[in-house]
Amino acid sequence: MKEIIRLDNISREFHVGGEVVHALRGLTCLIREGEFVTIMGSSGSGKSTLHNTLGCLDTPTNGEYYLDGVSVRKMGRNARATLRNRKIGFVFQCYNLLPKSNAVENVELPLLYNSAFSAAARRQKAIEALTAVGLADRLRHKSNQMSGGQMQRVAIARALVNDPAVILADEATGNLDSRTSCEILILFQRLHLQGRTIIFVTHNPEIAQYSSRNILLRDGRIQSDTLNSHVHSAAETLAAMPPPED
Amino acid sequence: MNIPNLFKIALKALANNKMRGFLTMLGIIIGVASVISMLAIGQGSKDSIREQISEMGSNMIMVQPGGDMRFGARQSASSMETLKLPDFEAIRREARYINGASPTVTASGQFINGAQNHPSTLYGVNEDYLRIRHFSLDNGAMFSEQEIASAAKVCIIGQTLVRELFPDGSDPVGRVVRFQKIPFLIIGTLKSKGANAMGMDQDDMVFAPYSTVQKRVLAITHLHGITASAIKEEYSERAISEISAILRSNHRLKPTDDDDFTIRSMEEIASTMSTVMDTLTILLGSVAGISLLVGGIGIMNIMYVSVTERTREIGLRMSIGAKSRDILAQFLLESILISLTGGIIGALLGGLFAALLTNVVGLTASVQPWSVILSFGVCTLTGVFFGWYPARKASGLDPIDALRYE
Repeated sequence: MKEIIRLDNISREFHVGGEVVHALRGLTCLIREGEFVTIMGSSGSGKSTLHNTLGCLDTPTNGEYYLDGVSVRKMGRNARATLRNRKIGFVFQCYNLLPKSNAVENVELPLLYNSAFSAAARRQKAIEALTAVGLADRLRHKSNQMSGGQMQRVAIARALVNDPAVILADEATGNLDSRTSCEILILFQRLHLQGRTIIFVTHNPEIAQYSSRNILLRDGRIQSDTLNSHVHSAAETLAAMPPPED
Repeated sequence: MNIPNLFKIALKALANNKMRGFLTMLGIIIGVASVISMLAIGQGSKDSIREQISEMGSNMIMVQPGGDMRFGARQSASSMETLKLPDFEAIRREARYINGASPTVTASGQFINGAQNHPSTLYGVNEDYLRIRHFSLDNGAMFSEQEIASAAKVCIIGQTLVRELFPDGSDPVGRVVRFQKIPFLIIGTLKSKGANAMGMDQDDMVFAPYSTVQKRVLAITHLHGITASAIKEEYSERAISEISAILRSNHRLKPTDDDDFTIRSMEEIASTMSTVMDTLTILLGSVAGISLLVGGIGIMNIMYVSVTERTREIGLRMSIGAKSRDILAQFLLESILISLTGGIIGALLGGLFAALLTNVVGLTASVQPWSVILSFGVCTLTGVFFGWYPARKASGLDPIDALRYE
């Protein structure tokens, strides 16, 4: 399988008030196309820094990071913005949808920053992405007219719309109740089955059982990197849940 | 990011905050409307004064006896009698930059026709005077050189006198009015001219041969003044220096002596008044300009609030691929759109206000194309200038911090 992410002994240091904080201390790992990786760790383990680095929002102090074959470390702000636009789909904990905008407008947002897409092509892609996450009947709903689960689906559609090399989710189920979380995980598993590469950063250990691989961080290093031979089905978990009270 | 997308984003953002956008715009609307209407009022008053002065004869030159007032001290009575008929004759003979000259002597008093009487001023002039002052005859004829030579008791009267002395509407030409017991035969009437720029009624005057006024009314040998007209308004200054040279040599003044006469031209008076009006226009314009500035600061304030409020949105846009310059352009365009829309509405309102002043209040206000262009320029500049700093702040945000902003 094609290499999507290659981290080569990366480290990241922050200078806070004269002290040097080592957020990442020499991380090496390889993620291939079609993997569903959960990155876990307690707070302070370097999870967020790794997420920002993988998302090209930040660059490592040392070491090399190749995203889909492109070296990111020495890229400037603008080059990384374009790289993010083409290769990465972000899903955030608190959705980050534009207020007062409808689902289609939110989903086509990444394509606005890619001049290769015409207005009609943007619309088309946005509708496709929303259909893929099961919101074909909610195209014109504004973000404040939707539930948390629906908003997160819109956010996932927005992450899919540019056909990214990797979908990067940061605590994507953190704001949702367990049922809705399960539904979102079903969606991620389906995307995984379709061959998408997904990296899911979380502190919730339960999520790991639904992914194909689990990386555990501790003090800026990889403590363990295990393949999950027995992937749980989120759909089964949902079916086993007691029915909603109302 | 291409331009249409940029417009779409900026318009959407403005549409999301209509009330706020409108209130911000209001500052610019009021600013531009007041700049345009104030400049229109200034220019309109200037135009109307210019017009009235040119009706009076903008190429008119007035020579008066006596030098300038020195330190506010009135000069002796004899110094007011320095202009004599030979001075006028010399000017008429020698000056090349004038095409007409008339001596003037004036006397005030009651004009009487039977039971009617009216106080007015009798101007002793020659046959050139009507042309110099841009008067024209309504009826009858101007007196001739023979009548001047013989000091004939004839006169031309203005419309105010026609109205006051002949209230029955009968034709005054051929009738006789008395002035200081002297009967004057009315040989003509003047066309109405209305009030001049100083508010003086130009129809309330009587013209008679200067010789008549000098000899029969006032019994003087000097003149009260000489009125001349330059060939063209532009030649006024040359005509003045020419007349000055003629008078100095006639009066045998040494080079060290001060002039014993004063020459002023209408052109000079007009430009003095223009300067006054310009100052007034600048004053009005700058007060209005300050309101435009305040409007601009309003934009800056709102854009600042907007950037802070939308920090997460900026973070999101950056994380999904917006470059710094996309964010900069987005916020800059928002502020330019606010100020430009405000500018357009303000220009329309300003024009409307000027039209209202002209048609309803009766002031003369003429909207200057340059003031519209100026306000538009100022608006765009305001948008860029006051939008730049907040937009710069937005574009300089770090996406990681911006996404985490609470």
